[in-house]
Amino acid sequence: MNAPGPSSLTQARIDDTGDAGTPPARERGLKALSTWARQPGFLLSLPALAVFIAGFIGPLALVVLYSVMPARSFGVDNLPTLENFVTIFQDSYYLSFAWSIGLALATTVILMLICWPVAYGLSRVFRRSMILTLLLVLPLFVSENVRLFGWVLTLLNHGILDGSLRTLFGWEVPELLYNVPVTILGMVYVYLPFMLFPMALGVSMIPESCREAAFDMGATRSQVFREVEIPLAMPGILIGALLTFVLVLGSISEAKILGGQSVIMIAHDIETAFTYAQNWPLGSALSTLLILLTGVLVIGLLSKLNLDKLLSRK
Amino acid sequence: MDTPSSAFGSRASERAMRIWTLVVLAFIYLPMVAVVLASLSKIRFFMFPIKSWSLEWYGSVLGSIEIRDYLWTSVLIAALVTLISVLLAIAGALAFARYDWKGRTLYQKLILLPIFFPQAVLGLAILLWSSAWDIAPGWELAVFAHLVWIVPVVTLVISIQVYGFDPAVEEAAFDLGASRWQVFKEITLPILWPGIFSGALFAFLLSWGNFPLSTFTTGAEQTIPEWLYAKMVAGYTPQVPALGTLTTLLAGILLLGGYWLGTRGRKQ
Repeated sequence: MNAPGPSSLTQARIDDTGDAGTPPARERGLKALSTWARQPGFLLSLPALAVFIAGFIGPLALVVLYSVMPARSFGVDNLPTLENFVTIFQDSYYLSFAWSIGLALATTVILMLICWPVAYGLSRVFRRSMILTLLLVLPLFVSENVRLFGWVLTLLNHGILDGSLRTLFGWEVPELLYNVPVTILGMVYVYLPFMLFPMALGVSMIPESCREAAFDMGATRSQVFREVEIPLAMPGILIGALLTFVLVLGSISEAKILGGQSVIMIAHDIETAFTYAQNWPLGSALSTLLILLTGVLVIGLLSKLNLDKLLSRK
Repeated sequence: MDTPSSAFGSRASERAMRIWTLVVLAFIYLPMVAVVLASLSKIRFFMFPIKSWSLEWYGSVLGSIEIRDYLWTSVLIAALVTLISVLLAIAGALAFARYDWKGRTLYQKLILLPIFFPQAVLGLAILLWSSAWDIAPGWELAVFAHLVWIVPVVTLVISIQVYGFDPAVEEAAFDLGASRWQVFKEITLPILWPGIFSGALFAFLLSWGNFPLSTFTTGAEQTIPEWLYAKMVAGYTPQVPALGTLTTLLAGILLLGGYWLGTRGRKQ
């Protein structure tokens, strides 16, 4: 397949404008475009791209557009203004941003530590790991509300933990729910698979020969860990960390169900602005900041990854 | 262990890894066990240890016409999402991993962006977007919203299968005079089948358990996760854990059954 690339396309367009009306240049350009558009890969990508544009780019672009509309307007035909962003920094909305970022960082670091041994075992040590994989995947398919509710039942006064300790030892457990640590517990719990599986993919990319060579040359266990395993597994670790960070950043349920609103997450402010407060532009401005933050991080990382190498393990 | 101990670190560290993994599994399943226990308690408000056990809440869940409606909405959405997302993702995965084309690396990264975006905010954005187009929220909009997130996931799952697939097999069939459709039906599809199957399973289960997208897009209709959340917040009865247990069981059965079918298919 030697279809002319985008560079020859721009070339053709430049020719076109420079020498308007010359049939050969225009024809060449059209031909290049049609050859490019007829690539089987491009044609096959169209349905998925259509969903992406109509369901992701479109809605997010509209949100960005709404963010510069006057407060409480319900259309995008007003003069643009930055008043919503001023409101965000004058009111205490930056606090929920700070909380969301802080909790996302904390959750990501905790999950890295929890998941590494499991990811390592999953892809290198445990032999018939299929059942283990299924057990670790299953929670993804149970609504997170149900699982968080399970924690409420566990930690409640007279719940599983308190009830057991009371009956067995006569201990009374102080109130465990509705605070910051339990919010983090919920986040660690819900987003564990999002760290674990990319990390396991990363670990599976460490060639056994590299580790053996390092050991043969006299490296210690911790040297191999720091200088061979971590760097080689880095793409998987980074994907896991990014997924966790971004998803916690935009989470609502954990802080609501377990945290009892002891922390207000930014996504909660967004939801309130759109629903109860009926202030779409303010909700859009908050969302726009969130979109910017995640966009910079995600595009920054994805542009550095070679997905072919990562997914085909070649 | 027949592997040399130097290759996998010492046995002690292997044992530590096993114990840690068991701890993590206990952490994952403890709250789910709590839900099962709560569903078996006779009294309305949960107290542990349970003094009187009962299955009556399961009876009331299975007998409830209201819940049957939500079940129908959930199944309808999940079935449509599965069907559409698999069709789009087969094409999407071939573009992702099989064909070399100009623009492919950009496409690979664009198509994954919805996975890296918070779903609640995506749900609200889609709601805003639909109101701009004068489309009322309902199960149709929920199907659309689920697709935005699930098509990339299924594309990724099928792509992994496509990477392991040798294009020479297709070319050989073309050389032997097969038509494009014949090659797709007789060669490509059977080779990709395991990936398509797990992609479909993922699509169904992810849609089935989804709350953040559904809550903003179904409008007046409700799915099971939405009903569970509403009842959790106000009007709790042990129907909540009972239905929660049933949906978890269904997901587990589908997952295990799918795995079993998958291994059986591979042996044949």
